[in-house]
Amino acid sequence: MEIQLKLNGRPLRAAVEPGTLLLDFVRAHGCASVKRGCETSNCGLCTVLLDGKPVLSCSVLAARADGCEVQTLEGLQAEAEAFVAFIADQGAEQCGFCNPGYVMNTIALLRENPDPTDDEIRAYLAGNLCRCSGYEGQLRGIRAFLDARGPAKEGHHG
Amino acid sequence: MLTIKRYVRAQSLDEAYALCQKRANVVLGGMLWLKTQNRTVDTAIDLCGLGLDTIEETPDAYRIGAMVSLRALEQHAGLGALTQGALAESVRHIVGVQFRNLATVGGSLYGRFGFSDVLTLFLALDARVELHHGGTVPLAEYAARPYERDILTHVVLPKLPGRVAYASQRNSATDFPVLACAVALRPDGVRCAVGARPMKAQLYPGDPALLAGGVTPETADAFAAAVAQQAAFGSNLRAGADYRRGLCRVLVRRALLACKEG
Ligand SMILES: Cc1cc2nc3c(=O)[nH]c(=O)nc-3n(C[C@H](O)[C@H](O)[C@H](O)COP(=O)(O)OP(=O)(O)OC[C@H]3O[C@@H](n4cnc5c(N)ncnc54)[C@H](O)[C@@H]3O)c2cc1C
Ligand code: FES
Ligand code: FES
Repeated sequence: MEIQLKLNGRPLRAAVEPGTLLLDFVRAHGCASVKRGCETSNCGLCTVLLDGKPVLSCSVLAARADGCEVQTLEGLQAEAEAFVAFIADQGAEQCGFCNPGYVMNTIALLRENPDPTDDEIRAYLAGNLCRCSGYEGQLRGIRAFLDARGPAKEGHHG
Repeated sequence: MLTIKRYVRAQSLDEAYALCQKRANVVLGGMLWLKTQNRTVDTAIDLCGLGLDTIEETPDAYRIGAMVSLRALEQHAGLGALTQGALAESVRHIVGVQFRNLATVGGSLYGRFGFSDVLTLFLALDARVELHHGGTVPLAEYAARPYERDILTHVVLPKLPGRVAYASQRNSATDFPVLACAVALRPDGVRCAVGARPMKAQLYPGDPALLAGGVTPETADAFAAAVAQQAAFGSNLRAGADYRRGLCRVLVRRALLACKEG
């Protein structure tokens, strides 16, 4: 079957098998930042934005994304750049495998809630697992970014 | 592994219903549970094009489409007010935001899973489900039925007066609950559901006379003890039956007191 969607702003028409997962589809189209972790909907490594919402691409059929907009870290470099160095500064990246999923979900968090509290950050990122760190580094990194940036212009809508 | 041979985005509920009569075909909700199964599906019937992803408010109820995500439920202001936050509390432990953006209320209720937080709360809220062919059925009745080949199109939450609270216990964050309790304290009585026993959620009457004089720490505990005695519990790798019975008394008491405080 054929699907048509927008991948990182680029219109795309492609043939897929009925059971092709969105994860395999985006990786086949050059988005290697999207990682295959657990593939059982538990780890968040495969996070992409589907029509702006963070979802687990290992658990969505590419066929369902027909007509939608899909974004991966490849398309959101500028938005990620604002905060990723703060996370790295805290030593939160060790093997780094979980990082793209974290960054994608942090982008989603900050779009939804530009001034999150620590508890709101924890709750939003609860579905992102990291086998190396104790999670505190990611939290400290995001907090350091928010403190350096100051209150968001759009105001808080958590 | 889930293997899908054909994908159909249904154009109408009649089409979806006709397709789902075949045993080898399957209706897709968020596909999260389906994906954990080892099966080959002839036709995956996608309901995502049927407008079932909206929450309508009527004067006396909220009518929630089957494809509404758990995340949308959690974030809905009206449902938040109706349940005093209990709805968000019941789903916030379910894996993560990305997961809850996919998991649907239809799949969660159709599944009638033993561990279901959603089923537990919706039972206490007196929900009704709308089936494409089967009409409107109280959730308590639906929960007890065997699986039928029908499409769950909507779930209706009546706007009832009173207060609601939800309490669950997990061994670790984002795991399935060890036990889940939901209590609705209404002017005409109390509705108490206990789930993850680990058998699926069920309503228990307790002993309503115990609360006739009002909810106090003592009457709440007595009522909770009555529920814990009535309910059946089992053991699995998360907890033993006796532990669950003890936990039930604590969680029902806390939920009742939370209703009182609100
Ligand atoms: C790793 C993991 C952890 C979880 N943890 C929890 C937890 O802690 N608490 C909790 O309550 N739940 C938990 N769940 C369950 C989850 O919240 C959903 O209830 C479950 O995934 C089903 O929702 P779905 O939309 O994915 O349905 P699907 O997997 O798509 O479908 C489930 C079943 O319902 C059928 N179906 C779907 N929609 C309809 C419809 N509209 N009409 C008729 N049939 C339909 C499907 O054919 C299938 O048989 C967990 C699931 C997973 C995979
Ligand atoms: S690979 Fe998708 S959640 Fe783990
Ligand atoms: S840094 Fe290795 S999994 Fe997170």
